[in-house]
Amino acid sequence: MYTQSFSVPDNAGQKSARTPSTENPELMAAFDARIDADGRIEPQDWMPEAYRKTLVRQISQHAHSEIVGMLPEGNWISRAPSLKRKAILIAKVQDEGGHGLYLYSAAETLGTSRDQMLEGLHSGKAKYSSIFNYPTLNWADVGVIGWLVDGAAIMNQIPLCRCSYGPYARAMVRVCKEESFHQRQGYEALLVMMQGTEAQRAMVQDAVNRLWWKCLAMFGPPDADSPNSAQGMRWGIKRISNDELRQKFIDATVPQAKVLGVTLPDPDLKWNEERQHHDYGQIDWQEFWNTVEGNGPCNKERLATRVKAHNDGQWVRDAALAYTRKQQQRAQKEAA
Amino acid sequence: MSAIQPSVAQDRSKQASAPVGGSAPNAVGSVGAPIDYLLHLADNAVVLGQRNAEWCGHGPILEEDIAMGNVSLDYIGQARLLYQLAATRLGGDVTEDKLAYFRDDTQFRNYTLLELPHNGPLVGYAVSNRDYATTITRNFLYGALMVLVWEALEKSPDADLAAIAAKSLKEARYHLHHAADWLVRFGDGTDESHQRAQAALDHLFAYTEEFWTPSAAEEAAVASGAGVDVRSLRAAWDGIVNDTLTEATLVRPEVRGYVTEGKHGRHSEHLSYLLGEMQGLARAHPGATW
Repeated sequence: MYTQSFSVPDNAGQKSARTPSTENPELMAAFDARIDADGRIEPQDWMPEAYRKTLVRQISQHAHSEIVGMLPEGNWISRAPSLKRKAILIAKVQDEGGHGLYLYSAAETLGTSRDQMLEGLHSGKAKYSSIFNYPTLNWADVGVIGWLVDGAAIMNQIPLCRCSYGPYARAMVRVCKEESFHQRQGYEALLVMMQGTEAQRAMVQDAVNRLWWKCLAMFGPPDADSPNSAQGMRWGIKRISNDELRQKFIDATVPQAKVLGVTLPDPDLKWNEERQHHDYGQIDWQEFWNTVEGNGPCNKERLATRVKAHNDGQWVRDAALAYTRKQQQRAQKEAA
Repeated sequence: MSAIQPSVAQDRSKQASAPVGGSAPNAVGSVGAPIDYLLHLADNAVVLGQRNAEWCGHGPILEEDIAMGNVSLDYIGQARLLYQLAATRLGGDVTEDKLAYFRDDTQFRNYTLLELPHNGPLVGYAVSNRDYATTITRNFLYGALMVLVWEALEKSPDADLAAIAAKSLKEARYHLHHAADWLVRFGDGTDESHQRAQAALDHLFAYTEEFWTPSAAEEAAVASGAGVDVRSLRAAWDGIVNDTLTEATLVRPEVRGYVTEGKHGRHSEHLSYLLGEMQGLARAHPGATW
């Protein structure tokens, strides 16, 4: 899963990520030289504060997206219509949790604790991918999330495997492998449904109709409205622009939809011989920003559910800590 | 493990083919566990897998969310293998999903313990917060049993069942380790965690009595030589449970009175809700392939 992070500032604090002039010029020059040479920045290396903050924002938003993204698909685990699909779905949702774990860990190497990041999520300051603020209304949503949402994620994430920050790039290599697997699983589940009953085919089309435009919006606003992108490109954190990635995704998806036998809900979607790309209709950006700003159909449910799980789990985490302290005290006593 | 009595299995194999969930015959030939016994083991796994998966996305900490997902996945995997084996032996158009999705609650043969929601004693339609102490305590009490059951079944002359047991044993050892570790942390953690763990134990312990009173399917499995006499496992189970409870500073409750009968098909108020949710979509589209 992915977040439209680079284009969406968190609510708290961070202005656009410009290189501050207060940085040590020599260190800054060395940093720039490494970026220019397409080298990697590692946790112990000096980095400009704005680079660090931008990465923390992007990686934590990405991690939050993985964790919140467990909820819409988790909605169908108990009702999965076969044991095989149930097992696949549990494993998939578990993978998303795993992605969250290594992304939080990658962000921690930048000096921000997981608790701080979770506090950002729970207070509503930090963003996560808006795609998860829409409901999953039928079983085919699970397949369509795999095919389109994870498909869009892969488009976004493959370039991140070459991200300039080492821990993030390495985490993304593994994330991409698993997402690619999820995408194929989702597509395969839809293929089976499309070869099934009329009701099953209707479920798939309904899910595509609801999720298609949301997936296109996942790539973030048009390049012209993406103020953070240029700095991200400069720093090797972002490699390909929002519009380019969106186009790539559409061009790859159209033939897949044809094989599947579903209609993508855009009357303006057609091949442009001159551009050698598909033209497509207008994305409803007002609806997108409404949702990003917290006023989508499921924002409150998703966030409240995360907060509840965290609060309800407090006594469990307290118990683990208390037990460990007791064990340490006992060991010290024995040693004394 | 009781003595091998192939004649019993073969006698049973001559009985008329029974409907799904009934007392069905074994495959002809080598010692095969009775179908009802396989279904008992499979139903246990699917019901607890379904319950544990309810934590997915709601765990107390991310690492634990992932771990509980894994436990659930193991149980669903065990259920699939056991249902597949039963389906193969039943023959015809029986599949793992027909056995899991198209049998009613009274045909399920799981322990009542496993169908309970993750909270204290409440009626079937009550709604309450999930309590991780209840989840962990149940996984511990059942995990301790299943390590012993699979250890015995690994040596079963029913080669298919023995293979499933060998795989499941590795998983069960992990489940027991995981649950016991947390139970000790809870018992010897904070006042609140101790209180919650003791309350969960007080609530759930009576349900374990059901482990020790063999059902007809278990007796048939013992008679066939393919199954294990649960009564023979009790001392070892007591040992595991008592040792862990001592380490956790928890008190083993005394048990008396009603013994639950889920494995005979007489369940609590909770199973029909669980199955209603699990089976609803599949039953709305009978004949569909997913």
